[in-house]
This record gives sequence, structure tokens and C-alpha cells, in this order.
Amino acid sequence: MSTRDFRSTRRQFLQGGAAGAALSTVARPLAAQEPPVPLEDYQAEFFDAAEWTFVMAATARLIPSEGDGPGALETRVPVFIDREMAGEFGQAATWYMEGPHQPDAAPLFGYQSPLTPAEVYRGGINAFNDWCRSEHGEDFADLDADAQDAALTALEAGDVPLDPELRDFFSLLLQNTKEGYFADPRHGGNHGMASWVHIGFPGARASFLEWTDPSKDNVAYPLGPVSIAGERA
Amino acid sequence: MAREEKRKDVVIVGLGWTGSILGIELADEGLEVLALERGPDRDTVPDFQYPDVADELRYGVRHGFMQKPKNSTITMRHNTNETALPYRQLGSYLPGDGVGGAGIHWNGHNWRAMAEEFRLRSYVEEEFGADIIPDDMTIQDWGVTYDELEPHFDRFEYMAGIAGQAGNINGEIIPGGNPFEAPRSRDFPMPPLPQTLNGRMFKEAAEAMGLHPFPRPAANASEAYVNEYGMQLGPCNYCGFCERYGCLNYSKASPQTCILDALKRRPNFSYRTHCEVLKVEKAADGKTATGVTYWDEEAGEEVFQPADLVILAAYQLHNTHLMLLSGLGEPYNPLTGEGVTGKNYSYQMTGGTGMFFEDIEFNPFVGAGSNGYCIDDYAINQIDFAAEGFIGGSYISTSQTNGQPIRSMSLPGGVPRWGAGWKEGIKKWYGHSMSIGSHGSNMSFRDCYLDLDPTYTDPHGRPLMRLTFDWKDNDIRMTQFMRRQIEPIVQSMNPTSWGSGYKQEGARYDIRPYQTTHNVGGTIMGEDPKTSVLNRYLQCWDVHNVFAMGAGAFPQNIQYNPTGVVGALAYWASEAIRKDYLPNPRPLV
Repeated sequence: MSTRDFRSTRRQFLQGGAAGAALSTVARPLAAQEPPVPLEDYQAEFFDAAEWTFVMAATARLIPSEGDGPGALETRVPVFIDREMAGEFGQAATWYMEGPHQPDAAPLFGYQSPLTPAEVYRGGINAFNDWCRSEHGEDFADLDADAQDAALTALEAGDVPLDPELRDFFSLLLQNTKEGYFADPRHGGNHGMASWVHIGFPGARASFLEWTDPSKDNVAYPLGPVSIAGERA
Repeated sequence: MAREEKRKDVVIVGLGWTGSILGIELADEGLEVLALERGPDRDTVPDFQYPDVADELRYGVRHGFMQKPKNSTITMRHNTNETALPYRQLGSYLPGDGVGGAGIHWNGHNWRAMAEEFRLRSYVEEEFGADIIPDDMTIQDWGVTYDELEPHFDRFEYMAGIAGQAGNINGEIIPGGNPFEAPRSRDFPMPPLPQTLNGRMFKEAAEAMGLHPFPRPAANASEAYVNEYGMQLGPCNYCGFCERYGCLNYSKASPQTCILDALKRRPNFSYRTHCEVLKVEKAADGKTATGVTYWDEEAGEEVFQPADLVILAAYQLHNTHLMLLSGLGEPYNPLTGEGVTGKNYSYQMTGGTGMFFEDIEFNPFVGAGSNGYCIDDYAINQIDFAAEGFIGGSYISTSQTNGQPIRSMSLPGGVPRWGAGWKEGIKKWYGHSMSIGSHGSNMSFRDCYLDLDPTYTDPHGRPLMRLTFDWKDNDIRMTQFMRRQIEPIVQSMNPTSWGSGYKQEGARYDIRPYQTTHNVGGTIMGEDPKTSVLNRYLQCWDVHNVFAMGAGAFPQNIQYNPTGVVGALAYWASEAIRKDYLPNPRPLV
């Protein structure tokens, strides 16, 4: 006869304890979940209002909504970037940041700015908006889509004058935008695993031995993605 | 003043592959063994368990299992005229930290080096003449031969449960294996892994060209297995989260899956985590070590750990750093060529060609770290160095290890880096690419070395180690030779499009993109105390109760991934310690 005490499991569940919370989300279809806070109403942890406006506008051009598949805004990439800037990555918490610094060293030496990635965003957004105002008369977010694309192209090409401390601004922005698009939704972006659906990546399934059989050569894998939290799409 | 701990017979610095091997071998001699690990404790559960470990951002991109530069890093310059700058953010190479070390996050490519590679200078001189060796190339013989190491390769492979197809058993060439490999005494302990479509395509193309493809020797299990320590492995499930991750499936050979649970049951073995060794302490006469001083992070104090035998089993860079900081061996001087510690740092010369097939679905997420076919037709013992104008070689292979989209999104040249065209391109091309790569040797040179940096310090106030390194013409000629062999194979496969990436003349070392964590040299082994730090048993020439494991012993880099040789050398050294040194501690040579 079993000696397992089911009462404690039930009690935890009813009290909404850890076990109960886990049960309520495992393998829950996406459609059944609460819609997230709209990006316009999102309370950023790191960015101020003007910076948030920029990040929304810039990521929307790096991965636009137009065409087949989701854009950065549908996948909530700005939320991802905000959380990253407030966290270890943005704060360079694991990097060697002791001086002396030579931010103008040859790029072959890697990251040499004294600034954290979060500080590079802050300084980079300011400097880039200044440039947009002087060149086009408006902040980046207020330009039309073609002018925004042209401005980002200039930033990528190094045609926007930036202090050497800020020279990695565009590459950080692009890298973090793609990370937010493709990372597991637990990190705030890739909402609905929509980028994984778009390309055909099954996420955290992590078990594919049968697909090494030659009979599966050139046969697309049939299942959609799952996330680490157990959502499926 | 440092706290002093109770004396141990053996103290081991670092609990990765070599620390675990030396730990269990010496514990089984009845010695009191203590391992000091500067990182955290780690085990399959909870650290590698499903689904949390299947997180590309956390582990693949943010390097969750790697050493943090904040705690330990190096400075780098290309030559002695430059000022070295710190490696602030991980890029070019990714040392592990914590219990298991880099042994948890490798792909499991497990090779033996060629017999010729262990006596490279002699081989070149005998076959081609000493005059083809450039004046500034400082290649050396290892002081140990393949035949001496063969039983230890065998033991490491049976301990780690390597899956593969032998090509040469006691001189008999076996079809389907690598016909150019040195003879092995018996077959692999497990049959080869199943293979993915890209591997079958490469195999067919290579065979059609008269080449000799064979499945990659894999430290990913292909069947249920129990090793000599009673540790169990189960077959790889092709999860597609191998390199940079701990194995969620007890399939990848690692200290955790192959040694540590057995070792932890030995009552005469113990280990302490978050304990970083700062220095090896020498006796007043300088001829022996008395133990090590380490930083106990939890207690927040320095501790002296007395021990009769000191095993340096940290990563190559850290072993070299510790030896430089502890005055073990004379520091190498590139101007005079004298001194030994820090000498002959070398790396790995790699290149590759990416191929895109509009109509083929590769399902790239169906991946295992060591999945893939290889050819050794352009290996170091197959090339006429005098005719080709370089010394070295490569194995050539295709692999499919993962389809993680942040890092493994290979796109043809015409696809833009962002915008609507990028979004269209990722849908069109994800899953439609494969590549063929070369993984090659890197020779050692007079001005490629490690010493202490004059400016930058670590959190303990110790100087960082300084790397002086750049690519050399010899090795660039080698990789260009490989390009000329690979591109015809690629063209014969008729891809929609393809593009090559091989270092070209004038290429300089770029520390930003990931290349390999196959840093070697610095504590090199050899036949002469004037030209090597360690003797043929990995024993420090100057201080006989210090032995240093790992790829620091390589006098130049081999054309293969280093772990198989590192494992064989660890068993070779442990046998010398057990059978020869312990009964009569002394310099063994």
C-alpha cells in the first residue's frame, strides 16, 4: 500500500504554492494565456521614456513587421533588451572592466570601452538622436521608415561620428535584437515562440535521434516548438 | 597570516578531466588526495537537467558554464612591439570553470595524434631536411612516442566510452575507418554514432573523389556502456545542445559521467570548491614544493595546504600562469630563446566552406557534438612539406551539432544583416545549409609565448598573464592548401551557392570571434631541461614533486582536438607516478 501523502500536494496546489504554479503552466497552449502588457504601457526597468521610444523604433526597422513572419515588436524584443540592460549582461557583471582602457585600440583586441553595454546604449542613443536631429531635423523615432533605414545604415557603416567608447553601439543593438528574437521566451522576447515557428526551429524539444535515420533524409521535422516553461506553439 | 590546513599526500589544482583522472588513480593507491577547484560544484542534476539547460541565450551566448573574465583572464598582443590589452569579454576561446572544467562543455571530438606529431622536428628533419624549418619556428619533439602512449590512449578511450570505427588495428587496415591513423591495439569501445544527412552527402562525395571518409571518433555514447570505474553512459539522443552545455542525457563523456561519482565514494578523496590556488610554495632549497596557498572564498582568507605531491590540473593557461607566479621553471625570454616557462604557445588553424542547398532540408537541430564524417587524406603524415612549402596538416570534416538560431544561422552572401531582407532570408535558408571545415595544426614560433603582464592584475592582485601571438605565413599556407582541397569536394556536391572562409596572407589574430578552446604550450614537455618545462612524465624538471597535466605540455599544436592526447598523457603520467615516483620520489629523468 502506498504511503505517499497526497494531502500535502493538494494543499500546495490550492494555496498556489510552487508546485501548483508549475502545474498550471506546463504544456499550456499559448492561446489560453493572458495577453502581455502592450509595449506602449510596459514599465521599462532600465530605459527612460525617450530611450524606450528609440529602442522600439530601431528594433522595428532591424526586424520589421512587414512581410512574412513576425517582427521585433510582435516578438517583444524591446522587453528582452530592457531586461538584459538591467541585468548581468548590460552591467558587464562578468567582464574584466579594470583600467587602463584604450577604447580606440584596433578592433582585433575586442571590447575595450570603459563603459558597460547599458552605458553604451545610453550614450549611443543620445549621440545617434543628436545626429538624426542635425542631419534630418528629428529624433530617430520621428523619421519615416526609409529615413530610419538610411540612418541605421549610416550608423552601421561608421558614418555617424561616435566617441570610441561608443563604437560598439550598433553591433550591440543588432546582436541583442537578434538574441531577443530567437532566445527562449523566458528571457522576455520571442513572444509566442513566433520566430521559431517562422524558421522551423523546435525550441527546447531536445530529442531527435529518430531523425538520423536515412528514411528521414530531407523530411521536415513535423512538430512545432516548445519553450522551457512548457508552452507549445 | 594564512590559515594552515592538515597535510595531504596529494593536492590537485583543478577538478576537470585531468584532475579527476589523477584523483582516482592516486586515491586508488591509498593516498590522501585533495582537489581544489576555484569554480562552483556542478553535476548532471541539477546543473545540466532538462529543460532548463536547453537555453541558448544563457549557456550558448552568455557562456553560463564558462570562466568569467572578471575573475580570471589574460592580456593579448600580436607582437612584442604592441601593448597588450585585456581579453575583457569572452570570444576567441572559452575556458570552463567549476567541477568538470571544460570537460562538461566540449563537443566530444576525441582523437589520437599521429605518431609523427610526437616527434615532429625529427620527422621533418629526417623526411625533408632541417633546412625547410624556418629559423623562427621552434617546433620540438615531445620526448614521448606514440607507441609508449598507445596503451594510455586505449585506456582513456575505454574509460570515456568513445564511439568510432577503427581504421588500423595492429597494422591491419580496416575498411570504413581512418586508414592513415597510427595503429591501435583494438577497436573502439562503441560503434560509431548514427549520422545526419550532411554527413552522408559528404561521405558520398569524398568517396567519389577517391578519398577515405570515416565517422568522427565521438565522446557521445552510441549505446549503453559501463566503464572501468562502474560509471554508466546511455546513447546520445541528438538533443542539439552539446558544445557549451553540460549533457542532459548521461551521453557525453565528462568527469561527471565517467569518473566523479566513483571518485567521490573514495573515503581518501575530498574536494573543495570556490578555492582558487594562488601559488605553489617551494621549500627553502627550491628543489621541492611544500604545498599550495589558495584563496578560500567562503571564509574570505588565504589558506596554506601542505602536500607531498602537487598536481597542476587546471586549464593550460592557468597552469602556465601558476608556474610563472610560483617561479617554477625559468620564464621564457623570446629575445634570447632561453628560459622555458611560457614558451611555445600555439593555437589551432581552422577554416571552412559553407554550402547552401535550396531544395534540401537538413533539420539542423538534429545534432550531436561529435556527429559527422571526416577525412585524413591531407593529414600531417600525408603531405610533402618540401613541395607544398609549409609544415602541418588538417583533418577535414562536416558536422551537424545544433540548430540553435542565435548562433547557428548561416546565410548566403547576398542576404542583408538586418531588415525585411534578413527576415525573408532566415526563413528561406534556415535548415538549408551545411559546411565542410578544416581543423589544422599550428606550429610554435619564437615570438609566440606567455609571460606576466606589467600593467593589469586579477582580483587577488596578481599580474594577469600576457599572451603574445599572431598567425604566421607557414600556417596560412597550410590553411590555403586545405581550401584548395575542400572547394573541389564542395563543387562536386553541386550546392545552390557556397562561400569560403580561410585565413589569407597578412591575416592577424582577432580575439573577438570564437575559434577554438585548444590553447596549448607554455608548460611544454621534452627531452632537455634547457628547452622544456616538464620531462617526458609531465614532471617539472626543477621541482620534482610538481607534475603538470594538460595541453600546456604540447610543444606545438597537433592537427586534432586535444582532449584525447590530454587524457592519454594524464594516464601516462599517473602510471609513472604510481609505479616509479611514489616508491622513490625523485626526478624521474
